[in-house]
Amino acid sequence: MSQSAIRADYRRTLTRRWLLSSPALLIVLLAATGPLLVVLLYSFLKAGPYGGVLPEFSPEAWIGVVMQRGLFDDTLSIADAHLAIFWRSIRLSLETTLLTLIFGFPTAYFIATRPPNTRELWLFLITIPFWTNLLIRTFAILQIIRNDGTINTVLLKLGLIGEPIRMLYTDGAILAGMVYVYLPLMVLPLYASMEKLDFRIVEAGYDLYATPFRVLRLVIIPLVKPGIVAGCILVFIPSLGAYVTPNVLGGGKNLMIGNLIELQFGQGRNWPLGSALSISLMAVVMAALIVYVRNADKTGGHHG
Amino acid sequence: MKLSGLMVALFATTTAAHAEGVLNIYNWGDYTNPELIEKFEKTYDVKVTMTDYDSNETALAKARLGNTGFDIAVPSQSHLPIWIAEGLLLETNPGQMENGKNIAPDWADPDFDPGRKYSAPWQHGTIGIAVNTDVYKGPLDSWAIAFDPPAELQGKVNVVPEMSDIIFGAIAYNGGELCSADEEILKKAHATLVNAKQHWAAMEYGTIELMLAGDFAATIDWNGSAMRQRLENPAITYVHPKEGVATWSDNVVVLKEAQNVENAKLFQNFIMDPENAALISAFARYANGIAGSEEFMPEDMKGAPELTIAEHARANTVNMRICDPEVQDIYTRIWTDVLK
Repeated sequence: MSQSAIRADYRRTLTRRWLLSSPALLIVLLAATGPLLVVLLYSFLKAGPYGGVLPEFSPEAWIGVVMQRGLFDDTLSIADAHLAIFWRSIRLSLETTLLTLIFGFPTAYFIATRPPNTRELWLFLITIPFWTNLLIRTFAILQIIRNDGTINTVLLKLGLIGEPIRMLYTDGAILAGMVYVYLPLMVLPLYASMEKLDFRIVEAGYDLYATPFRVLRLVIIPLVKPGIVAGCILVFIPSLGAYVTPNVLGGGKNLMIGNLIELQFGQGRNWPLGSALSISLMAVVMAALIVYVRNADKTGGHHG
Repeated sequence: MKLSGLMVALFATTTAAHAEGVLNIYNWGDYTNPELIEKFEKTYDVKVTMTDYDSNETALAKARLGNTGFDIAVPSQSHLPIWIAEGLLLETNPGQMENGKNIAPDWADPDFDPGRKYSAPWQHGTIGIAVNTDVYKGPLDSWAIAFDPPAELQGKVNVVPEMSDIIFGAIAYNGGELCSADEEILKKAHATLVNAKQHWAAMEYGTIELMLAGDFAATIDWNGSAMRQRLENPAITYVHPKEGVATWSDNVVVLKEAQNVENAKLFQNFIMDPENAALISAFARYANGIAGSEEFMPEDMKGAPELTIAEHARANTVNMRICDPEVQDIYTRIWTDVLK
């Protein structure tokens, strides 16, 4: 075969590959990127008077994300309301991530150190909550912690308390709910990397007279770091947009990013601002991802 | 050949069924009496499909996009003029229908739909405050119960997160009017809300169950919801605030893109029959704007205090409407600032 024939053949193969992958590419383009582009476009348009957008360019929405006109005069200042709401969501996500890690790590370790034939049962138990809808799980927690809920009723009957403890509609209730909902997302990737952990290395650490804490810090954590990173990403990102759990358990008195965006598309009738806020939320998620990915690369270099 | 013939026949029968026996209704959730729908289906041999929505904005946004497949929607009077102005509705003249004569005089020629050209009355009500009088025994006549709660209610007040209604309440409490853009009034209303929020337990829509369970001792609420609470717990009383009561109504309209126009018209006429209007009220516990429907209502609704605006509040009763976009924009920012 001559050179040109090989090249032509190669080109044909290339074309065929593109053609074969085109359905997938088309779906990615239309289903993932398309709607996002619409959101991006909307964020640069003028708000319609009663919802929707007018086909007129306006940077107003993006200015509105970080700056606000005074409620009662035209001075521009930092939009502290939006920043406070973003910060509330980010803080809640960080707390959720940290707590799921604290509870998830020993859980995953426990499962990974069981005899292989019983591990599947434990994993199965972890995945059971996924069988039920998020809303139902959240309302189940509400039933347990409300004033005449399970906990208060039992404590009252036992005579341990005189009147019901208010647990519902507190920050603690939101956090407890978030941790409960997102715990499996932390345990599963942690378990996946712990299962691969060579426990002979852990034993070697003990043989060299390392304390349990030093073994944990210098041997186990570095080896399961990919699992920790994956778990943290899987928990942090969905918690940022969490909407149902804070609303139901926190009573909806304090807006989360999700509520703020919903307000703009609903009663606020400001779709461009809602779009701009959505994209800002994505930017926060991207930033978090980049930080994690960079971190993961570095540790990979050290121990790989 | 045979197969395609069969297909044609099949297609023909399905279109025929579609044209004769179907009606697609788009209405608020937990709002439609299943008995009413059953009766309509039996009377006219029509299969009704219900779809729920939870806000005027959602319904309007969907209707604007078109191709909804819905024949009927039930927008609030505040939003109805937008539906009309944007040409989303079919002029069916419910006021001129056979049962149009039953519309109560107060509702026969409303400013949101002069002459009832597009809409048939569904239900109407007020926004006020439901209070558990076992917990609070003070005067029951003011927005202060929610905006400046007495000690025994502090931390036990719920506020439905309905921006327009709550801001109206705060404005009225400070002596302003619906849709006011008066800076002094809005400053006071903003301060009222910021200060009140520390005393609120939650901002939830699902008030009935939580009021009955005692999680809340008072809640800003609609009168029908308050009545459903009182029927379960007689200590719960509905307050018409003297500073201002807003009345609203929801109205049945036919979409311009409706596929089943005749059935939709039948439905509009059907719900204006006093007996059927009473069925609507018996479920959601709001008044309906159809004269003569009272005698068909359940006993416990006759003379119910929630349905008649109290003497002390009558002078300050206003009809809910939508505020101008610029005013609405200020309200959204006040709202965001209060809830930040």
